Amino acid sequence: MRKFALVGNPNSGKTTLFNSLTGSTAHVGNWPGVTVDKKVGVYKKASEQVEIVDLPGIYSLSPYTSEEVISRNYILDEKPECVINIVDVTNLERNLYLTTQIMEIDVPVVVALNMMDMLERQGDKIDEKQLEKRLGVPVIKISAFKSEGLDELMDRAIEFSKNDRKGVSVLEGGELEHLIGDVRIALEGQGVDNSLFHAVKLVENDEIEMQMHPQTVKMVDDFKKTFDSEVFGSDIDALVADARYKHISKYYSPLLVRSNKGIKFSKSDKADRVLTNKWVGIPIFLVILFGIFHLTFSENFLWLGSIFNLPTIESLNLPDTFWTSLLACVYDGVIYSPGVILFNLMELLTSTLFEYLGGLIESLGASSWVIGLFNDGIFAGLGGILSFIPQIVFLLLLISILEDSGYMARVAFILDKLFRKFGVSGRAFIPMIMGFGCSVPAMINTRTLADDREKIMTLRVIPFFTCGAKVPILVAVAGAIVSACGFGNADIITYSMYVLGLAVAVISIILMRSTTQKGEIAPFIMELPAYHAPSFKNLMIHMWDKAKHYIEKAFTIILFSTILIWFLSNFGWDWKMCEIDSSILASIGKFMQPIFTPLGFGSQLGTYGWVFVVAAITGLIAKENVIATFATLAGCIGATLIATEDGAFEVAEIIRYIASDINVSAYSLWPAMISFIVFNMTTIPCFASVATARGELKKGTAKWTILFWVLTSYMTSTIVYLVLSWWWTSFIVIGIAILSAICIKIHNKRAKVK
Amino acid sequence: MKKLSEFFIGEIGYVKKVYGENRIKRRLFDMGITPGTQIFLRKKAPLGDPLEITLRGYELTLRKTEAECIEMEDKA
Repeated sequence: MRKFALVGNPNSGKTTLFNSLTGSTAHVGNWPGVTVDKKVGVYKKASEQVEIVDLPGIYSLSPYTSEEVISRNYILDEKPECVINIVDVTNLERNLYLTTQIMEIDVPVVVALNMMDMLERQGDKIDEKQLEKRLGVPVIKISAFKSEGLDELMDRAIEFSKNDRKGVSVLEGGELEHLIGDVRIALEGQGVDNSLFHAVKLVENDEIEMQMHPQTVKMVDDFKKTFDSEVFGSDIDALVADARYKHISKYYSPLLVRSNKGIKFSKSDKADRVLTNKWVGIPIFLVILFGIFHLTFSENFLWLGSIFNLPTIESLNLPDTFWTSLLACVYDGVIYSPGVILFNLMELLTSTLFEYLGGLIESLGASSWVIGLFNDGIFAGLGGILSFIPQIVFLLLLISILEDSGYMARVAFILDKLFRKFGVSGRAFIPMIMGFGCSVPAMINTRTLADDREKIMTLRVIPFFTCGAKVPILVAVAGAIVSACGFGNADIITYSMYVLGLAVAVISIILMRSTTQKGEIAPFIMELPAYHAPSFKNLMIHMWDKAKHYIEKAFTIILFSTILIWFLSNFGWDWKMCEIDSSILASIGKFMQPIFTPLGFGSQLGTYGWVFVVAAITGLIAKENVIATFATLAGCIGATLIATEDGAFEVAEIIRYIASDINVSAYSLWPAMISFIVFNMTTIPCFASVATARGELKKGTAKWTILFWVLTSYMTSTIVYLVLSWWWTSFIVIGIAILSAICIKIHNKRAKVK
Repeated sequence: MKKLSEFFIGEIGYVKKVYGENRIKRRLFDMGITPGTQIFLRKKAPLGDPLEITLRGYELTLRKTEAECIEMEDKA
């Protein structure tokens, strides 16, 4: 099968083209750097099938970030039959800069002029026939978004890929012609492929190239000593970049005829003037952030219930029908937010379904352990997680709107100065906020960060941005604290946990910056794409891309672990069914229990305290497991030990049960429960994230990162538990913090003097 | 000698020379900041830094420290 590579600037529409060509649903955003790893698909509409590889967007073949290295190495090493260079025609000059570099490689190149629809809407025109003549490779007008011109593009690419093509350079005929020629001959003598490309890069002082061809570097250096340009002195890389842009301005740019000249203010600019305004920019950002969480999690939407003092369902005395329970999903003295309504509806659906299925299994006369496995194991566990999926998907949808509209890049712009105070650039904000959705894509996105230290720090703090899978823990435990302990307000607990996560992230970055990750802050040179209304199709692709991850997990790893947990909690070491407190799971939990005593949910919780330990451990596989485990365990405990208390959350039941078991009021357990949430939020993330982190980090860094997560969660939870239980311990905590800050300062000063 | 970092909002100028550490310089060139390029300082971020500039028909953001590496002149 033929293999074509898609190469182009970030945000030039490569991924949209890839999706249109292959019918795939790769994720598209509106900020530079959405595709951070290569994706492969197949184009089937031509006479022969073609493999299409979507490479990360790059501005130049002189690699600056690791994603740019991926693209460059792919073209040079994998030798695709054709490179489809996608060029954003509304941003012609900068896009063609990359084209002039790709043209130097000995590979057939086809230029796809994308965003033709946008250009035409602006009333601008381009002479693509003339451009084709001047570039010397096929140029095809397309609109990836509207799927226009794609067949022609592929037909011509297939045709063109049948012949070899020798690289050409716009530098030929310039001041550097002889130097490039000499280096090229020397490289050819060494048997190097793509000699023109490598020769130009060597002349440009490209770091990778200089390591690859150390013998030739000397030749270049000797030449440079004799070289002295009028404008650039001996600054050859400046000369090369300038020559490329000059060539573009002279031969290519005039082919684009603009209807109105000069700097114009579009709709996008008008929106931008408000959104990044000096005074209201930051307040608007905060309102948007709050709005997202309010829409997703609030149980009192727009405070309508409190404002109008609405009656509860109970006081309305409605008949107990299906319609009443449906109404209860939307309204109960308060109006629920869309996210909560989705959750309630899904919960109603799954519980009705599983009740029916459970009844069916019983009526078939299955043995008691099979009924237990399904009802208390599979159904309870799956129900716990499935109910949360619509709500999480809704949150992901809102984050996708921010990404697709182009606002996310502006947020990085707004926040850069603030972030720099903590020790990272505003660019790090994008992977961080993606962490609210899911840590895995967020960690992959850290590749767009140019600086290694910044990358390590960002990756390490991503789990502290409460991901979708941790939301159930937050909501369920916070709800349980309110209903069982009678303490506080679930909304306030939820919000403060988010804030605490942010605080832990900030403190960790500051600490790392002054200890293990010292150094200058990475530069911040980033394109700001034009705003556009997100397309429905892209939003759906985007949302589905993230959501399918959860659904896959629910039916694979989570289903498997709920069955495993049910088994371990119902069977003893003798492989016979037994009471839960003599089960395998209980003995593992009891063994580990003392470790968690400083955190508040260890030995002090008595005989059944191991439930929390086990839940936290299963969370290491997938965070969804924590609540699934509670549901399973509550089912087990409920079946054998406590009278059913209908309507209460499983966690609340467990809390009440433990409180009565160790003879304290349920209220006194709230600090331990908060500490439990904090531990789960800040500890080692799920299995998938750890695997991603290992892949992204340099060898040897991953183990320190895991240790970092363990220590951070252990310390943070301990502090939270201590301070919430005994307020005066906050003085000790503050004292220790100040002392350590002083020690680090003194140590760093001494190190500097040395 | 005037640097881009000293521009006021709405000012237009042309790049004369780019200084600075190799990687930053390289990146600025790649993004199209080469001698003779017209640059329009569009805006500063709400906290005063970074800057947003228009060049070659697109928007770019960079910090004041990076803008300090760019020497400007009034005419091309």
